[in-house]
Amino acid sequence: MTDLISAIDVSKSFPLPEGKGEFAVLDRVDVEIDAGEVVALLGRSGSGKSTLLRIMAGLIPPSSGSVRSSGRTVNGPNPDVAMVFQSFALLPWLTVIENVELGLEARGLGRTARTQRALKAIDTVGLDGFESAYPKELSGGMKQRVGFARAFVVEPKVLFMDEPFSALDVLTAENLRGEMDELWNAGTFPAKSILIVTHNIEEAVFLADRVVVLGTNPGHVRGVVTIDLPRPHDRNSARFRALTEYLYKVMTTPTMLVESAQATPSRVKTTTGETTSPFARPLPHVRVGTISGLLELIVDMGTGQEVARLAERLALPVDDFLTILDAAVLLHFAEVSEGCVTITPVGRDFATATIQLSKVLFRDQVLEYVPIVATITRTLASKENKTMKADFFLDLLDEYYPPAEAKQQFNTAIEWGRYAELFEYDAADERLKLGGATAAA
Amino acid sequence: MLPGPGPLRRASFGLSDAAVFLGAIGLLALVAKLGAGAFTSFAPPRVVPAISLDPHNLPYYAGRSTLRMFIGLTASLVFTFAYGYAAARSRYAERILIPLLDILQSVPVLGFLSITVTGFIALFPGSLLGLEAASIFAIFTAQAWNMAFSFYQSLRTLPVDLEEATAAYRLSYWERFVRLEVPAGMIGLVWNAMMSFGGGWFFLAASEAISVLNRSYTLPGIGSYVAAAVTAKDMSALGWAVLTMAGVIFAVDQLFWRPLVAWSDKFRLEQSASASPPQSWLYDLLRGSRLAGFAGALWTPVSDAVSGLLSSLTPVRRGRAAGPRSVTADRLYTLALVVLVAVLAIVGVRFIFSSVGLAEVEKVAELGVYTTLRVLVLLAFATVIWTPIGVAIGFSPKLARVMQPIVLFFASFPANFIFPFATLAFLQYHVPINIGSILLMALGAQWYILFNSIAGAQSIPTDLREMADDIGLKGRQRWRRLIIPGIFSSWVTGGITASGGAWNASIVSEVVTWGTSTLTAAGLGAYIAEATSKGDWPRITLGVGMMSLYVVCINRVLWRRLYALAERKYHL
Repeated sequence: MTDLISAIDVSKSFPLPEGKGEFAVLDRVDVEIDAGEVVALLGRSGSGKSTLLRIMAGLIPPSSGSVRSSGRTVNGPNPDVAMVFQSFALLPWLTVIENVELGLEARGLGRTARTQRALKAIDTVGLDGFESAYPKELSGGMKQRVGFARAFVVEPKVLFMDEPFSALDVLTAENLRGEMDELWNAGTFPAKSILIVTHNIEEAVFLADRVVVLGTNPGHVRGVVTIDLPRPHDRNSARFRALTEYLYKVMTTPTMLVESAQATPSRVKTTTGETTSPFARPLPHVRVGTISGLLELIVDMGTGQEVARLAERLALPVDDFLTILDAAVLLHFAEVSEGCVTITPVGRDFATATIQLSKVLFRDQVLEYVPIVATITRTLASKENKTMKADFFLDLLDEYYPPAEAKQQFNTAIEWGRYAELFEYDAADERLKLGGATAAA
Repeated sequence: MLPGPGPLRRASFGLSDAAVFLGAIGLLALVAKLGAGAFTSFAPPRVVPAISLDPHNLPYYAGRSTLRMFIGLTASLVFTFAYGYAAARSRYAERILIPLLDILQSVPVLGFLSITVTGFIALFPGSLLGLEAASIFAIFTAQAWNMAFSFYQSLRTLPVDLEEATAAYRLSYWERFVRLEVPAGMIGLVWNAMMSFGGGWFFLAASEAISVLNRSYTLPGIGSYVAAAVTAKDMSALGWAVLTMAGVIFAVDQLFWRPLVAWSDKFRLEQSASASPPQSWLYDLLRGSRLAGFAGALWTPVSDAVSGLLSSLTPVRRGRAAGPRSVTADRLYTLALVVLVAVLAIVGVRFIFSSVGLAEVEKVAELGVYTTLRVLVLLAFATVIWTPIGVAIGFSPKLARVMQPIVLFFASFPANFIFPFATLAFLQYHVPINIGSILLMALGAQWYILFNSIAGAQSIPTDLREMADDIGLKGRQRWRRLIIPGIFSSWVTGGITASGGAWNASIVSEVVTWGTSTLTAAGLGAYIAEATSKGDWPRITLGVGMMSLYVVCINRVLWRRLYALAERKYHL
């Protein structure tokens, strides 16, 4: 087998505003896609999986390293690739067939040839009769079919899919995923290989021959898991379930070594523990009520649940679920080991106590384990008038995050601090003020 | 047997085809006839075409004026694409173009008429084309800034996924432009064009017959017809002119804007259909006609060839997107800009001081205070009178459906057509023009307050109104707690537009004439108008500069803050 597209030692970082350095998204990533295989990039948010996909598609340039496609270095939009987008990315003012023809038009094909090929692609995805409909007349599933047809019609070497099913409801996603898999298994797929970005573990195991697991902060390859199942991958087989559980364990344990059945060697990423500033440690963006909800559910189901089962029970996207779990672990309300969640005594009390008591418990945990909230509280307390412009803290966060993320970090810290009654926030004045709980103390 | 509606629609040459065919022929003939007049030569610039007050000539004059309006619109469109694109795509261009646009939007363009008229006449000696160009330029200045800004904003807010899709499928720059960038901006562009087209009539009426540098210039058109009627004190001619103007605005709305708005609805960025899409009988007619479809089919190969050619000329960029920013280059650029602005400011100030002196500057600043007061009084009165009415209309969906087009119609009716009637009344009842000019300025500006109050009231969610009724909020409390916060954002928008309109109107409403009697108010507008007709360059510069300063200051001090408050606190 020959490699079609490979990312070689790719790193990507974005400059922070006002020359405050750089924010690293990807760190020395190597990925290759061979002819005839389906590769999944699996990772949580912040693992840079979408960025990696876009770099390989030539939509954004890497900061260092290179991408090679069919033996040439990619420099600008990669002609070997067609892309299917999470949000469909259809032009609302073009009909179905005009949207499908878009890529052919760009290649300078004549009108008749264009129409012919577009009709064939529309037939492949089962949208006959909708050629002259506008996207707004279609359901989400049908829109994504148009997205697939638009990609198929240019007959790419590799089809890139960026979470193609995650904007659809569960049943529609299942249906479309199944159809694409059948098309692939039947050998009639209009591309030689597929690269799919996903945070859905089941989806990765179901579709892919190889799963590349990405780690976070900054994004790096933790390892590759080969899905050694005959196609189509049988969801009920013991091996399928074993692989799924294994990947869940991997995803909930950032320090775990990722090894395939063939024991693909993986680089061990040692997390550098030099982040001394309280503002450098990112908070998971979760509301307090949501954490409480998760803990209550665990109390109901009994402690020591498998992560995979909990996620299934909640019917939440895995990524969202893991973020909530992260928050619970950060606050020492829960612990995760070997893919199982146990609830701590404080967590149990927090989930079952009255609002006022919950707030006290939450305040203690936040002050102890969330340095950014503790620092903000201390800073406010040290001021004579006990208030502070929000900009002061935002500037500190700006040192470590891009502006949008800095703002979100700030909002999460505010939300937690407000709930704990540690401080108040006046959105009109953009000012923080020490709260009742600490002012009295 | 009678054919059903289906076969009828597919008849080889239906009624709609006949209508479309005749309409197209008629339009061509009309444009040819009106356009020919523009090339009439007039020997020395002193011999200008006379305006006949015979009402039978009005359709021709109105046609000439309308043609000017559409040429102005076309020019604005071309400008919009070039300016908006440059500002959105080049970081360096953006830093000059956007502040410049901000200033151009707030500067009273009527004050520049004198400069442009002399310039254009010098450009086309011995022909009416110079005057035509000056008038068209005045219309252009009423439309272009809004449209360019709207296009720039839509380019800056293009959905990322659509941009990525066009890049991933390797569309050329030209294809991106016609497939993504123009369609995404279309709705904003059509709305802004429609609104500023309405404002354009005002400038048209003011620019067709003006005296600049001690000479009067007249173009055949409905604006100069009104001017001639005022000089001749001809009431019935004025009445006919107002009627014709109303007819023209109505016709342009029905035959041009409505079909355009109905068509542009498909460029909505939302991925779901809108509940009540705008309707137009003409658009339906065109869509139902096979002839239009046939013409479209004939056009396809031509447009394919043209866009193929343009695509091959603008291939996708190979190579890396914007490299790392050079901090030194940025600093140098900023420095160059600062130096440029400083030099311009020094030259301007020196010019004014060396020719008119400090005392004159102080006098003009004082006049500016008077005009500012007029604008503020106008806003206060218009708000007190029209907001309750607007809210009442907005709360009743039935009333709003009927009233909204009517208010829009009034807003685009050029208020300077009504000025002569008001002037006559002022003379008759001895109303001092210092007060009367407020009324004149309000004639055009008030509608923006009304229109936006209606829109604001409509934007208050029904459940909030039900809640207010339910807990028994009444009278003042209801206004304080529900209505004023609810319509605040819209009111600010209306206020900004109204005050902009009032500043411009001050130039033509602080000096009004009827026959040989002239009423002059003390104000900056009158000062500019007088300096313009005398051709006193230093005073024109001083007046326009002072007015721009006032407008920009009021925008910064008042409107910016109100706008920020509306965004932060009263956003529904």
